[in-house]
Amino acid sequence: MQKKFNSDRYDPLCTIRNSFSRRHFIKGVIAAGAVAGAAGLVTGCSDSSNNSGGAASVERLVTINVNGRSRPVDVMPNETLAHTLRNKLSLTGTKIGCDRGACGACTVMIDGVTQNSCSILTHTVRAGNVVTVEGVGGVNGQLHPVQTAMIEELAPQCGFCTPGQVVSGVSLLQRNPNPSREEVRQALAGNLCRCGAYNNYINAIVKAAGSA
Amino acid sequence: MAYKLIGKDFIPQDVRPKVTGAGKYTEDFKVDGMVYMKMLLCPMPSANVTSFDATEALDMPGVFGVLTADEVPQVEEPGFPMLTNKPRQLGMPIAAIAAETESIAAEALEKIKVTFDPQPFVLDPLESLYPGGPNALDGGNVTGGEIQGGATIGGNKIHNYKWTARDFAVAGDEKMPMGAAPVEWAVGDVDAAFTEAALIIDEPFVTASSSHAALEPRSVLSYWENGKCFIHGSSQSQSWMMPGLARMMNVSLDDLVYIAEYCGGGFGSKATPYPVQGMTAYMSKKIGRPVMLRVTRAEEYHLGGQRPGFQGQVKMGFDVHGKMTACDLYIVQSGGPNRGSGDYSSAAGAVALVYTPTNMRFRGAAVVTNKPWHVSQRGPGQNQIACVIEPLLDRAAKELGIDRIAIRNLNAPEADVEFTNRNSTVTSMYLKDAFSLGADLFKWEEKKKMSGQRNGSKVIGVGVGTAYHSAGSNGFDGLLSIRPDGKLYVHSGVGNLGTYSYAGTSRAAAEVLQCSWDNTVVLRGDSRQGLPWTLAQFGSNSSYTNTRTNFVAATKMKKMLQRLAAQELGDTPEDYDVANETIFHTSNDTKIMTFAEAGSKAIELGGEWDGHEYPDNLNDVTKSAMKKVVGSGLVAAAKDELPKEGSVPGMATGYCMIELDTETGKFEILEYHSVADCGTVLHPKGLEQQLRGGAVMGIGEAVLDRVIYDPQNGLCATVGLYQTKPPSILDVPSNMEMSAVNKPDPSNPLGVKGIGEPAMGCAAAALLCAISDATGTYFNRTPIDPDMIINALSGRPQSFKPLQVNT
Repeated sequence: MQKKFNSDRYDPLCTIRNSFSRRHFIKGVIAAGAVAGAAGLVTGCSDSSNNSGGAASVERLVTINVNGRSRPVDVMPNETLAHTLRNKLSLTGTKIGCDRGACGACTVMIDGVTQNSCSILTHTVRAGNVVTVEGVGGVNGQLHPVQTAMIEELAPQCGFCTPGQVVSGVSLLQRNPNPSREEVRQALAGNLCRCGAYNNYINAIVKAAGSA
Repeated sequence: MAYKLIGKDFIPQDVRPKVTGAGKYTEDFKVDGMVYMKMLLCPMPSANVTSFDATEALDMPGVFGVLTADEVPQVEEPGFPMLTNKPRQLGMPIAAIAAETESIAAEALEKIKVTFDPQPFVLDPLESLYPGGPNALDGGNVTGGEIQGGATIGGNKIHNYKWTARDFAVAGDEKMPMGAAPVEWAVGDVDAAFTEAALIIDEPFVTASSSHAALEPRSVLSYWENGKCFIHGSSQSQSWMMPGLARMMNVSLDDLVYIAEYCGGGFGSKATPYPVQGMTAYMSKKIGRPVMLRVTRAEEYHLGGQRPGFQGQVKMGFDVHGKMTACDLYIVQSGGPNRGSGDYSSAAGAVALVYTPTNMRFRGAAVVTNKPWHVSQRGPGQNQIACVIEPLLDRAAKELGIDRIAIRNLNAPEADVEFTNRNSTVTSMYLKDAFSLGADLFKWEEKKKMSGQRNGSKVIGVGVGTAYHSAGSNGFDGLLSIRPDGKLYVHSGVGNLGTYSYAGTSRAAAEVLQCSWDNTVVLRGDSRQGLPWTLAQFGSNSSYTNTRTNFVAATKMKKMLQRLAAQELGDTPEDYDVANETIFHTSNDTKIMTFAEAGSKAIELGGEWDGHEYPDNLNDVTKSAMKKVVGSGLVAAAKDELPKEGSVPGMATGYCMIELDTETGKFEILEYHSVADCGTVLHPKGLEQQLRGGAVMGIGEAVLDRVIYDPQNGLCATVGLYQTKPPSILDVPSNMEMSAVNKPDPSNPLGVKGIGEPAMGCAAAALLCAISDATGTYFNRTPIDPDMIINALSGRPQSFKPLQVNT
């Protein structure tokens, strides 16, 4: 049977997805004691950082593996991985475009699988290996072939979605070294680009496929 | 002319930081002692604040202060307030709290005791124009044009304007009521022309408001050091931000530092200084700490601007050959509770230019509502009206038995066109070349034969679309320096919107000075670099405007280099030429000076050479920049006083083939091709990007982007990307083809024109035309959704009335 969806994020056959679903995330936040403000319900503008203390049922000092390094970090129980990466580990390449799992600007890999880090609680990834855009290249600052190709193809426009597109592209090539244009399209389906640079991202990832 | 750099691809300096994540957007900066701010937003569409008590909030540990409307400058209606006690839209800021963390700030907001007196509100402009209908603002409901009764007032003042009940009764539900118009102009005699027309098309239309939805919400970081106000902003523009922010903060240009190295998209919504920037800086001033405001996605829907929607009626008359002999256009523009943009007037101008109707009348009203701030979005006016006119032009072609490109060609302007009541002219025009090239590349004749072909429930549709934008300006400043390191520094006041035009236009200077790109450095993104005055990065103008400024500055620089060499090495300036980072004697190999030597010598000489002296006609922003550049090397600053007569037309055409499923109303775009008339191609890959990106956004405008309101409570239902989704990669073809006519505009020294905006409008129009081709229905509305297609195909009425908005 030909699979319609090849993206890990949208693959209905992918079981890993269940362990990091939005429902799982919301359950985690509720368990950690986060409360949405009433004003936020009206205007839809509730707080997004979630870093004040809730129920202290989860250990706060945790060690997570990010880009191959063990990083001890003090996290709030309801803190998202995107928040930890950006504000505690200074890995600001991961962007927050919506904080609701809708845009993909915060895409990182967890054990090789792309995830929206705005919708993952940091304390749930203690056992995992997190790779951000800062970690996809070589140790001495060499670029990943996907990054090189994106430069050559002038893929980014404003660049805000680019780190997410890079991570999705790298993840795709790890599991499918020679994707078709359609397979690239499916793999990037969770990464919105308002500038509309989609064709250029596809061109770059197909180009990188040969050398990745 | 053979160029070394113009028309060649290159890698702009900010691409690598974008793919590595190293590029720093506003939210990525951190400053010692930085605290976070959150805003208290109005929870209803219009209200007066009757009481406000932040005592309990201020008592919370970790809270540093509250900022209220009384502490910031107030603006008169219809300006957009920084903070206000009379909020006139949902989500308008009332107060702000700064605290150690965002969560504490959010919690503190909950502890503010605030009461509101709800006010009447209006979301539909026609409701406001009805006699006795509600006004969005205390001072009235219409901006611009003539006040009722006749006298003209200042362009952006608010005034009260009502139609008569009879205007509405006569029109009924199916037609636009057309009362007296605050704005009106005419060319020729439309009424007489209609009596002689072979075909008349007379339709109401609606184009939806839509969010710009830049992927980066507008974050701000501000702090004060030694009396200087620092603002890190998310903005399309750089130097254009300076005067407005300086006024907002009541500081001199010298005391304002504006940093905007990267901007995560703007599309018009981040072109000019915006109130939350000032709010953050005032808070920082008040509490004496750096303040970061991270605007959330939902807040961005309230504060980030929306494209004005249109309600209108267009009546077009054609002769038997398809020539548009008359066009009578009425547009009511929906704005927010603020000064409107000129979309409706620009739309009329676009109709007058693109279709050259022999007789034309335009009437329009810009009505304010209690919806969010409305501001120009990519192709303001021109793109909305392309979505309206282009499918109806197809209908005319069909009824008259004319090919659809042929009818466009017949009505297309030539370079000597005069349009609108002002007899406006253009600097160049190659639209017919674009149609001709597009028809060849898209294989129009072949594709046309496929139109209507069925494959099960699916049917093929093809479409062509056209769009225009006035894409270039003049009169701004260029600034260059050559330093002792032997490099050419191009000081760019252009913003970094993601078009790379800051870099492409800098190549104009390197081209004139025959300097290698490797030895050219673009200084940008931080006013401390000394950045000259130039127009905002909007209106597709940067390519045209800033090739001119850099050409002018480089021409001056070349003369200075020649004079300097003659002075130091002997003979006359005319004996010297400039290339390869040297100034060399054209007939004596021994007389040569490097850029490095020239830079050092200039510093030694001072005066006119190193920026101590400069022309008085420079803008104040450039003069302030000179204080940062002075003494750094050989400095050339010049104002663009090259001639320019008329509008600089960026013209784009799009060609589209879709396969539409008549059972689901869904479709797939099988092919898309775009051909631009953008003058000489400055940067081929950059052009491709703009045409492709514009196409993607155009697809959004045609079939996705909208804003929906609950009419009873005035609450907005589309405040997330999942509620009003911009096109994803699955909504667009994986390979879109792009081409350009590539003929120079004579008014630009390098032949360049802009293109970003029409690239969107032509795609939107082409897609709408393809849908109409596949369905045989002219929807007179954007966006078209699958429900509308299914209703049309099954003969059911649509779920809205022809002029209903916010659906």
